[in-house]
Amino acid sequence: MADPVLSIRNLCVEIPTRHGILKPVDGVSYDIAKGEILGIVGESGAGKSMAGNAVIGLLNPPAHVSSGEIWLNGKRIDTLKGDALRRLRGKEIGMVFQDPLTSLNPLLRIGDQLVETMLTHLPISKSEAEKRAVAALEEVGIPGAAKRVNSYPHEFSGGMRQRVVIALALCAEPSLVIADEPTTALDVSVQAQIIALLKRLCRERGTAVMLITHDMGVIAEAADRVAVMYAGRLAELGPVRDVITAPEHPYTHGLMASTPLASRGQKRLHQIPGAMPRLDAVPDGCAFNPRCPRVADKCRQAPAPKVDGAAAACWFPLQHEEAS
Amino acid sequence: MLAYIIRRVAQSALVLLIVGLVAFAMFRFVGDPIDNMLGQERTAEDIERLRGQLGLDQPFVVQYYRFLENAVQGNFGVSYRQGRPVIDILMERAPATLELAAVSGILAIIFGIALGVFTAIKRNGITANLIMSGSLIGVSLPTFLIGILLIYLFSVELGWLPSFGRGEVVDLGGWSTGFLTASGLKALILPSITLGLYQMTLIMRLVRSEMLEVLRQDYIRFARARGLRDRTVHFRHALKNTMVPVITVIGLQVGAIIAFAIITETVFQWPGVGLLFINAIQFVDIPVMAAYLMLISVMFVGINLIVDILYFFIDPRLRVDRKGGH
Amino acid sequence: MSGTSTPAQKSRLRTALESDLFYTFKRSPVAVVSTVVVLVLVLSAVFAPLIAPTNPFDPASLNLMNGFTPPMSPNDFTGETFFMGTDDQGRDVFSTILYGMRISLFVGVAAVLFAMVLGITLGLLSGYLGGWVETVIMRIADVQLTFPSILVAMLIFGVAKGITPVEYRDQMAIWVLILAIGLSDWVQFARVVRGATLVEKNKEYVEAARLIGRRSGAIMLRHILPNVLSPVLVIATISLALAIIAEATLSFLGVGAPPTQPSLGTLIRIGQGFLFSGEWWILLFPAITLLGLALSVNLLGDWLRDALNPRLR
Repeated sequence: MADPVLSIRNLCVEIPTRHGILKPVDGVSYDIAKGEILGIVGESGAGKSMAGNAVIGLLNPPAHVSSGEIWLNGKRIDTLKGDALRRLRGKEIGMVFQDPLTSLNPLLRIGDQLVETMLTHLPISKSEAEKRAVAALEEVGIPGAAKRVNSYPHEFSGGMRQRVVIALALCAEPSLVIADEPTTALDVSVQAQIIALLKRLCRERGTAVMLITHDMGVIAEAADRVAVMYAGRLAELGPVRDVITAPEHPYTHGLMASTPLASRGQKRLHQIPGAMPRLDAVPDGCAFNPRCPRVADKCRQAPAPKVDGAAAACWFPLQHEEAS
Repeated sequence: MLAYIIRRVAQSALVLLIVGLVAFAMFRFVGDPIDNMLGQERTAEDIERLRGQLGLDQPFVVQYYRFLENAVQGNFGVSYRQGRPVIDILMERAPATLELAAVSGILAIIFGIALGVFTAIKRNGITANLIMSGSLIGVSLPTFLIGILLIYLFSVELGWLPSFGRGEVVDLGGWSTGFLTASGLKALILPSITLGLYQMTLIMRLVRSEMLEVLRQDYIRFARARGLRDRTVHFRHALKNTMVPVITVIGLQVGAIIAFAIITETVFQWPGVGLLFINAIQFVDIPVMAAYLMLISVMFVGINLIVDILYFFIDPRLRVDRKGGH
Repeated sequence: MSGTSTPAQKSRLRTALESDLFYTFKRSPVAVVSTVVVLVLVLSAVFAPLIAPTNPFDPASLNLMNGFTPPMSPNDFTGETFFMGTDDQGRDVFSTILYGMRISLFVGVAAVLFAMVLGITLGLLSGYLGGWVETVIMRIADVQLTFPSILVAMLIFGVAKGITPVEYRDQMAIWVLILAIGLSDWVQFARVVRGATLVEKNKEYVEAARLIGRRSGAIMLRHILPNVLSPVLVIATISLALAIIAEATLSFLGVGAPPTQPSLGTLIRIGQGFLFSGEWWILLFPAITLLGLALSVNLLGDWLRDALNPRLR
């Protein structure tokens, strides 16, 4: 494999609170190659978004990267500060947020928001930027783009606004896009269009994508590989097809069994007993051990092996023939 | 949009009618106008004649209508105390108050917004926290004490600035201005600080809290995620959104400045309409009180109207929604 | 439900001491200090006749020779010493402040109570009854809100003064002040109470009370009113600070408490006259007292607002 665009090594994010230090991201490692879409999946609070925010340097204080490394195109970026970090955002890393209704400034025309982003990062003139703004809107499939650049955000529907957000994230041609739940706030009918758009644009440009979602359907549709997160840790990492059809981690297995994927044709959905632990009460050993059907003493004592070596962070991974 | 403005104008007119009614009721029922206009020596004939002249024998509504008709033409009757037409006295005093209010208002708005933005951006800085603590004292400090304190420091102790009056004024076709002479400008300094300080504190605290609210919004995070410069994020994205709610309050505060000028004018013996009004209350000079009330209402209502219309230029959502859909 | 059993009542003090409110109170030095300041000032105002060395309004106790005695130094003629000095008529400044604070606090508290009762009543009525009652009350509130309350108070004072016969004007001044400040301040209470009433009105327990045949008045008093008390308490505290300042301002402007019954504002008005001649103490001590009073009540109100409703912060 060629050098990855993004490489995260042993990333830890900590939030110091009065009741001790919380670790919303705990020792996570993964790579994303050029043109690859890596899905990050997990329940709310599993640390998916926190990892994305860490990459783009937008953690809300007091949350901060406490250890580990983040490399982008062979350059270490977790240590960058101030202006160097700002120049990275938008230019090298684009970001798409969950709710298109609130991520656009209501008082500025969308053309102006595109132009200001391009002028910040690209050495082009204002008129050139205006031309490119129209082109960018055309590319994301906004009809009548030449007229619509002068519209305000409230004049677009939710789906159209998310297209504008994608245009904004991509307009300075970053090598990595972090899409944080890009379809969650949208109508179901629009979700597939947005995912297809994101997939097409990134394939065309060779942009790496970190697609954060809790929706396995979105992952199955768009991602090349998937990383499953549980309580801030990586539970399993592998090609989408393998993880869906033959999950090795008992949590992934439970997650798949509880997802209504058309291909599986089950009558009843499976439930995982219990709930993900709160960050201030993560059990010793493997974080999943209280809910795990395959739990053994070892799981309560020693942390699960890191995903680096194996596909699943589990002492007793499911074997393929058991997985059905 | 036009319908909206027409509705607002109609509402403003209603407010003015109500205030006019209050002013008229004062004029008509507080202190007998006949008593006030005729001296001790009067005959029943005199009283009847004057009642007829003043229209006091007419029905209430007719009297009210005539009162409004006169008011619109600037005829507010004659001051009981000075024996001159109220409108003349008001016009001669208005420039002093308007100049003072304008300077204070501009000071309050500029410094209020600047300090509000500063304390919001540097929320955890020492300077910002000092300013915030200081502003709490500023809100609790009665205006007249601020004025006295300034007089004590700069007039009594240091002797730098005058403690009362407008200094030398220049008459520009009926408008006496203090802007053109050194002593006039010096005389403006202390009163305008006194008058503007409270409003500045209010504006500052409001701008700060609104700005903090805006800085938490998704579109600000998104603007940061796009790598925009801090300056752009703060002033282009955050400040503009902050101003939407702030503008209403600034409008109200500008109105309040004209009313609060009463206090400052008394402290500094500033010869404006505020001081006139206070003297009118002390001597129960009803026509002056009524006229002042009408005049200041017109100003307040006018400012409110301007603020409402300003919204259209700031917030595009209003422009479209009022037109009826997109 | 309303705590009728005896053990519940016995432990009411304990409940109060263990409540979250008291806990946050103990942890806020600002709140504790301002409470102490307010308590000291209020107590010394209430017990002014016992504390004050002289009665400044008893002509027999005055000695014109004592006039303009600086603080803490013996008078040139009589050899008497005064803690805060004396004014032009030989009145002990400390005593006039204690008596003045009585008037300031009385006017402030009475005006806020008046505004509160009026505002709560009108707010409940307009929220609960709706219709034209609501329209009329809220329209008046809107018109009044267009004007700063100090201006409204001045106008009411002026009109009331005009109606009062000349010979009663000084006597009535205090009551007219209370009326003026109270009438200028009811809107806030009415708005909050109306808003809360609109929310509570449609809740099921009010519906239930109505179904079992309770009269509207009883429903409003027993069921809706208790739910709006905590915002009302916050507004009342902040209003008190504003009312004290408003009273002082009006009296300072000469349209409030008369020289025969001087409040802190009147004292400052008198003191201002001696600023240039060097008798600073006649002005300074009343001013500091007013400042301490207004600031600590204000800080207490701020704290109370944050403590009772963290969302407002």
